[in-house]
Amino acid sequence: MPLELNPNFRETGKRYHRDFSPGDDFYQLLIDTHRDLTDEQSALLNAKLVLLLANHIGDISTLREAMALAREDV
Amino acid sequence: MLKTYTYPKYEFTRPPEMSGAAERRYPVIIVGAGPVGLTAALDCQLNGVDAIVLDDDDTVSVGSRGLCYAKRALEVLDRVGVGDAVVNKGVEWNVGRTFHGEKEVYNFNLLPEPDHKRPGMINLQQYYLEQFLVDRCVETGVEIRWKSKVVAITQHDDHATLKVETPEGSYEIEAEWLIVADGARSPIRTMLGLDIEGKVFQDRFLIADVVMKAEFPAERWFWFDPPFHRNQSVLLHREADNVWRIDFQLGWDADPQLERQPERVIPRIKAMLGEDREFDLEWVSVYTFQCRRMASFNHGRVLFAGDAAHQVSPFGARGANSGVQDTDNLVWKLKLVIEGKAPVKLLDTYSFERCWAADENLMNSTRSTDFITPKSSASKTIRTATLQLAQKHAFARKLVNSGRLSVPSFYVDSPLNTPDVNEFNGSMEPGAPLDDAPVSVDGRASWLLDHIGNRFQLMVYCDDASTLDLALLRSVQDVEVVVVTNRDHLLDGVTVLHDVKGRFALRYDAKHGTTYLVRPDQHVCARWRTFDAARVNAALARATCNA
Repeated sequence: MPLELNPNFRETGKRYHRDFSPGDDFYQLLIDTHRDLTDEQSALLNAKLVLLLANHIGDISTLREAMALAREDV
Repeated sequence: MLKTYTYPKYEFTRPPEMSGAAERRYPVIIVGAGPVGLTAALDCQLNGVDAIVLDDDDTVSVGSRGLCYAKRALEVLDRVGVGDAVVNKGVEWNVGRTFHGEKEVYNFNLLPEPDHKRPGMINLQQYYLEQFLVDRCVETGVEIRWKSKVVAITQHDDHATLKVETPEGSYEIEAEWLIVADGARSPIRTMLGLDIEGKVFQDRFLIADVVMKAEFPAERWFWFDPPFHRNQSVLLHREADNVWRIDFQLGWDADPQLERQPERVIPRIKAMLGEDREFDLEWVSVYTFQCRRMASFNHGRVLFAGDAAHQVSPFGARGANSGVQDTDNLVWKLKLVIEGKAPVKLLDTYSFERCWAADENLMNSTRSTDFITPKSSASKTIRTATLQLAQKHAFARKLVNSGRLSVPSFYVDSPLNTPDVNEFNGSMEPGAPLDDAPVSVDGRASWLLDHIGNRFQLMVYCDDASTLDLALLRSVQDVEVVVVTNRDHLLDGVTVLHDVKGRFALRYDAKHGTTYLVRPDQHVCARWRTFDAARVNAALARATCNA
């Protein structure tokens, strides 16, 4: 499974009238999940999120590709 | 300052109430001669509703303030007769560039879908918009009472009484209905003791209007964390008359008095534009903003619109644009209520639909604000990651949020809609704002939206207009029939729009027999695959709270 790099956010049962809305829904959810946490807590949350999502994707070649892209410019 | 624009001065005229004229009760009084109040006044005039405007000042908006006018607002302004003036004076822009630090993250071209009369957005200083609206009021005979400040209000069952203070003394005046468009600090809202709930954002922004002495591209440039203004954002926009708007984020701790001094402002602009670029400073302001709305926009005989009813952050140009759409929604309903053709509860749907729109505007502008001014270091890190990825990957570009530009709401949950019973593709569902389309009428090029609005209409699409049963179509009372067809045709006494490019058929998923019932504010009420008089009547009754 190649890594999806085009916009891909959606929610079952939800209709969107504007193309930016699904991405903005996701972004707000992510920011809200971090709300009121210390920096250390946020870093831990991000790490857990990576592990959960990585397991969900499963395909290690896809994950390898994502990790390589994430490492660029850091 | 302000060398490119001369402020008009509108004279106070002694009203008949102060010259011994018999007292009369006005059907509608509008408080506030800003973009919202003046648009409401013109719309009332267009609808045959007698209205006057009261304003405590004697000129237009000081400073550029509301700058970006979106397609939907332009369509409303078209309907009230100032669209051309605004678009001709305004600056159309299409290219937006977004920078992070020293790098350009990406750029976009706003060039909207082809075949709409109006562009996605134009920039125009608010004073010009207000001046054009005032000119149109004068031209059409709308009375504006300048230097007339409402200092007291009393609500009664069937009217409201206002006390108005003028340079020559005060007087009382009665209105059956009051439209309150007196701005964010709304004195009338305060006089009535009504709340507006939300939050103040802990940030300050500096606006500078600058006249450039040399060419500079007509593009929107947005910087996250630029080298000339570290850790903050900056926005650059072109206005009419070679004026440029620059917005600097200052942070909450900035001193607003100090920051608006030219000796503070000029070095900031030089750091941005370079030492060699010549410019004049026209106008400077430091602002904070709030995101909040009233729980309800109608209170007895008093109807709130625009900033008086709801306020958003400036990112996305959702202030004046949504205020103009408030009056677009309100005035046709008020007309039906005043004429006794609809019950007063139709006005509850004004509040329902526009609160819905305000919530959407609040949500989008709050999200933009959260992206532009991250509240924690975790948020900032996520944003940095997004901006880095956006240089290479399409999905991340979609997440970059420097303002989601104003677009109209789909009133999909409105009680005025009749739910679909047939299958349709596309987005023109009940509650949708109508998409425009190029048409021709008797061989003359024109636009769909120039023929739609101000009354309930039935748009009937057909392949062959000669097969239509016009007598049957006309059997529905209080609705004007408009025929849309894919070939040129003339019918006696009926507007026939030739769908010259097939855009109507496409955008409305129209096939032979497809029928749309549309509202006076150019929103869809109901649609069917075939015309059925009983269904149209039922949908019309529902759309006017007469069901």
